[in-house]
Order: sequence, then C-alpha cells, then structure tokens
Amino acid sequence: MNILKFITAGSVDDGKSTLIGRLLYDTNSILDDQLEAIQQANRKNDDGTIDLAILTDGLKAEREQGITIDVAYKYFQTDRRKFIIADAPGHIQYTRNMVTGASNSDLIIILIDARKGVIEQTKRHSFLAKILGLRKVLVCVNKMDMVDYELAVYENIKNDYLKLAAKLELPDVDFIPVSALKGDNIVQKSERMPWYHGASLLDYLEEVDFEEVEQQGWRFPVQWVVRPQSADLHDYRGYAGRVLGEGLRVGEEVLVLPNGYRSTIKAIELDEKSLNGASDGASVIVHLADDIDISRGDYIVSAKYPAKTEKSIEANISWFENRALDVGQVYLLQTHAKVSKIKIPEILYTFDVHSQEKLLDQEIGLNAIGRVRIKSADEIVFDEQQDFPANARGIIIDPRTNLTVAAVLFQSA
Amino acid sequence: MDYLDHLEAEAIYILREVAGQFERPALLFSGGKDSITLVHLAKKAFRPGKFPFPLVHIDTGHNFPETIAFRDWLVEQTGERLIVGYVQDSIDAGKVVEQRGKHASRNALQTVTLLDTISQHGFDACIGGARRDEEKARAKERIFSVRDDFGQWDPKRQRPELWNIFNGRIEKGENVRVFPISNWTELDVWNYIKREQIALPSIYFSHHRDVVLRNGQWMAADPALQIDAEDTVVHKSVRFRTVGDMTCTAAVDSEATEIDTIIAEIRASTVSERGARMDDKVSEAAMEDRKKQGYF
Repeated sequence: MNILKFITAGSVDDGKSTLIGRLLYDTNSILDDQLEAIQQANRKNDDGTIDLAILTDGLKAEREQGITIDVAYKYFQTDRRKFIIADAPGHIQYTRNMVTGASNSDLIIILIDARKGVIEQTKRHSFLAKILGLRKVLVCVNKMDMVDYELAVYENIKNDYLKLAAKLELPDVDFIPVSALKGDNIVQKSERMPWYHGASLLDYLEEVDFEEVEQQGWRFPVQWVVRPQSADLHDYRGYAGRVLGEGLRVGEEVLVLPNGYRSTIKAIELDEKSLNGASDGASVIVHLADDIDISRGDYIVSAKYPAKTEKSIEANISWFENRALDVGQVYLLQTHAKVSKIKIPEILYTFDVHSQEKLLDQEIGLNAIGRVRIKSADEIVFDEQQDFPANARGIIIDPRTNLTVAAVLFQSA
Repeated sequence: MDYLDHLEAEAIYILREVAGQFERPALLFSGGKDSITLVHLAKKAFRPGKFPFPLVHIDTGHNFPETIAFRDWLVEQTGERLIVGYVQDSIDAGKVVEQRGKHASRNALQTVTLLDTISQHGFDACIGGARRDEEKARAKERIFSVRDDFGQWDPKRQRPELWNIFNGRIEKGENVRVFPISNWTELDVWNYIKREQIALPSIYFSHHRDVVLRNGQWMAADPALQIDAEDTVVHKSVRFRTVGDMTCTAAVDSEATEIDTIIAEIRASTVSERGARMDDKVSEAAMEDRKKQGYF
C-alpha cells in the first residue's frame, strides 16, 4: 500500500472543507466522538444538514469566522491506499499557507464553484501549482446541485479551464463534476449526472498514478555525520541523509559536491544493518571508500549524472511577506541541509498571476511571483525543475526576522 | 515504497534535521507509545553513534508506576541520558498551585515545569511525539513549530513549511517543537510497533485493575485521584489506549493482550484515541489553548 498526498485549493466558499468532510464522512473515517463534537458545535446549514467544514477548521479563530486560516492535515485509508489531505485556505491573505500544503502534495484538487466558473483565485492557484512543480491537477466543478446538474455548465467551465491549462502548460489535468454538500460523485457515482461517465472522486484518488518525472541519477544531501569515536568504532565515519532519485548501490562511483572529489560507495546501512542499495526516499547511512572531508550541507551524487554547481543562478520565487524583496539585503538560501548567504541583485521580471504575462515590475511583494538572479557566497548544488524536481527547490530566509520569506524553484526561463 | 517505510524514512530525516540545525535539542519522553516510537526512530537515525540529545521526562508525580519502570528500563537499555523535570518541584517552589477537588489534575501544571526545564537546560528544540490525527488543533501544526520565548504557539503566525526543507532558525530564548511523526495515525504507530517489535509498558495491554467511573470514563483507582464515598471501585479487565498521567487518562474495556488484538480493536473502535483523554474535554479548544500556553 502506498500514500497519496493531495491538497484542495479554491476560493473562499467554494466548498473545500465541505468536500473533505464529505470524503471523510462517506468513507466512514469520522468517529462517533468527533461527529458528536461537530454536532455540539452546532453550525448547521440552511437545510439542517451538519456542517462538515467544522471537522477541518481546527482553530478557534477559524470557527469564529467560518473561514480556513491555516492548513489542516487529515488522514484516511481505504483498502487501496492511504491518503493525506491538506485542507488549505482559499483566502488570498493566506496564500503562503496554501503553498505550504501544495508543496507537500502529489496532486492538487482545484475546486470551482459551478455558478462562478473560472475566477481569479482559480488562476492564482493553478499558477502556483505550476510554479511549485505539481504534476497532476484535478478540477472538481463543485455545487452542481445549484445549477440543476446541467451538462452545459460543466462543459463551459471545463473548456475555460483547458484554455488556462494550455497557457500555463500544465501537463496533466482531469475533471469531475461534484456536489460536496449532497455527496454527488464523491464516493459513489451520482445518478443525477448520467451524462458523466468518469470515475467518482474517491475512485479517481485510489487509482491515479502520481509518479514524478524520470529523474536520472540520484542525490544524497548529507544531513549529519555519524562518528561515534568510541574505542571499538574509532574509524567509523558514516554520512546520514535521505536518497533523492533513482536510488544508489554499493560499488557505485560518486562525486562529492561542491568540492568535486570522487570516490565509490563502500557500504550502505540502515539500523546498523548492511544494504546493497537504497531507493528513492530512504533515510540511510552511506560509507565511502576514501577518506574525504564531507560535512552537513555537502552532496554525494551519482558520478554519471552530476548535479549543477554554481554561484549565480536564475530562479522563480514566490514571495510570502508584506515586506517586499530588498535588492541590497543579505538573505539566506536553504536547499536541503545547506544554508548559504545570498543576495538578489536583480529582479528580471514578475508574473501577472491573472494573465500569466511577464511584467517588467521591479518589486516583489506579498504573494508576488517573480524571476530573479541569485548571487550566492557559496557554490549551490542544484538541479533544474525539468531535470530533477526533488533537487530544484529552496527557501529564502530573512536573517533579520528568521522568517521563511520565499519559495525558490530552479528552472530555466 | 511501503507506507510504513515512507513514514519511517520521513521521521528519521526530520530527527537528523534537528541534530543538524540545533545546538541543544531534547527529546520529550512521556513513556507513551508515541515517544517510545520516537526513541526507536532515533536509534535508526543515529546508531552506532549516541543520540545528539537527552530524553526529557516531565514527571507529574501521578504517573503510572508501570510507565516509570519502563522509562528507567529503556534508558538503561539504550545507554542514553535522561533528564526529569518534576511538577512537584514547581509546586514546592510556589510556581504553580495544585488544583483542588474531585477533578484536580496536574496536567495543566506540567506546562510550567516543561517551560522551566527547557529554560534551565537552554533547549532550543524539543522533539515530541504529537500526531496530527490526534486532535483538530494538532492537525494545524507545522512539523517545525516555532514557540516564542514564553513557549507560546501562535497559530496565526506559523511559518510557511515548504517541501522537506525545514527552517529552524530562531532567536535565543525561543524554541522549536519538532514533530517527526506528525503524519502518522494511531494505527500506523501500532502497525509500526508490531513490525519493529518495539517493547511497550504493560498498561497498553489488557490487565485487571481497580477503576472508578468519572464522567463516564474508567479512571485508575489511585490516591492521585480523590476517591470518596460516592465512588464505587470496580475491578475490571482494561487497557490504556493513550498514556498521560493517572488523573487525565482513562482506561478502555479490553481483553486485548497482544498487538494483533489491539490493532483489531482500534480498527473496530468508533471513538478516537483522544476520546479517552479528560484534558481534551474541558472545552472545545482545550488543546489549542494549552498549546498557546506552551504545552507540547
């Protein structure tokens, strides 16, 4: 059994929390005491049905205002798969919280209100999905009950969205018409939309294939050096980290970056047991044949498919703070276990989130997405998004406040 | 990759990030199944080296004796360092006042002892076994959760947390609570304990014990609870699904003496794990309020 992580995105009142509540309710994933708590909270819809949104709005301030402020993570499981749902806010003010949920997801569900069609938030979230490198988009056209389950409404929205997707070059988009409130096409196929021949949402989620692009080679960012220095283990030096990419094997030739030393993998260990290899995502300890000075922040990579090593990089960034990007300021760039001092001497352009056009704007403020040049004090070990997504990511930290102020994606143009 | 391997690898990665990013981390150890699982994961992250942090137990003085015995056994077996913060010391120092009456509990008081222990040892990161599936406020918390220099959580000012890149930078005095098993469910923990054959305190398994009924829940009949003429002490077959101290953890009826039957019981259960925690029933936002105060 594997895990599918997905996020729901959409504007305020598009019914994200209701959709999740429905999914959990109809798969019997809500326990009696939790249901009782919802009923006690006594938020009822006009038609007397209970408000399933309360299940995910876990903060007092959210329940007071009836809106989602931060991501709630929910878990459920069927016989086929385990699911981790990120229920993210739709409000523009909380874009960074939506990005938090999206960056950890395999798939994004974009909700569109059937009465409203493709709106600004749809475009914003789709653009963010693109920028964050999410491969799979599922559009749920919600509130079909409010438009008499009309095929024409659904078709129009679908056509509008396909135009947007083409403009954004989103690789993979699917559509399902639903009513989260009434449960149409959520777990069971709805009889009220006989014109729809696709899967219900749950069937779709159980079956969808979310493999990432083929990444050639592997990366092993070193997180921690294990050196017991005890009497019996005084020569022991293991590099601890998590494998990115197609996996590594004992005997393979490696390159250590950024210093460029070469060696071979002598041993791989997990839990003090030797392994022949380690696959994508495995947290292991690696030993090399040669004694090389390697510390936290260095990378061990496949010699056959090395990563890039540069001090000046172009990248897309998504800005999270009120205080705009300051061109003269020293920031920190964190990529995996490496933190480097950087400056951003040049804003190349920004993106108009609504028209997807490039603007020659020289300011990147709250919620803006732009293309910049990053100048680093150290050599940055990275890959481009299209080649090796798992190593094309970073965050910018403002050392004055310690806040994470931007997401970075290394990508040509 | 199987889902348990995925969860394990993610947790080990997070533990190593703590080791790499902080100067004085600690692992908050309660003697419950989740923090025992953390100790197991820490072995996988750092052996054959020592843990780069001590285990820290906040002892309310009302712990189950079985839990304390298990704690001491585990410390001896792993050879790691244990630091204990005593709620009794906070009471004796006049920093907190013991609650009175039939529903008295030291649960709220332990936050003060925890914060004192953190500041006394200068811990900049505290690893905890909280899971997002436990409770609705916990479902909102980041894996690296920054607390201010009063230990407070501000849910409205959480940092964005992107991909698997964790920002642990803080000012002196602040600290970060880190939750490596955020994405695990109760069932995941049990399935993992089964797979890895992790030892647990005996109270997780069915046993006979004297209990009293309080607010519809079976509580261990112990001097820590004020038991009077109104109460009827019953001898029953029970087990504990979650382990806090005796004043806030209720037992469940159970005949499950092995992990397989426990897993079957949890699968069939129609109430959540936190349903047996009195501390969550105080109010709608009980956990959120406690976290804002500095609870783990």
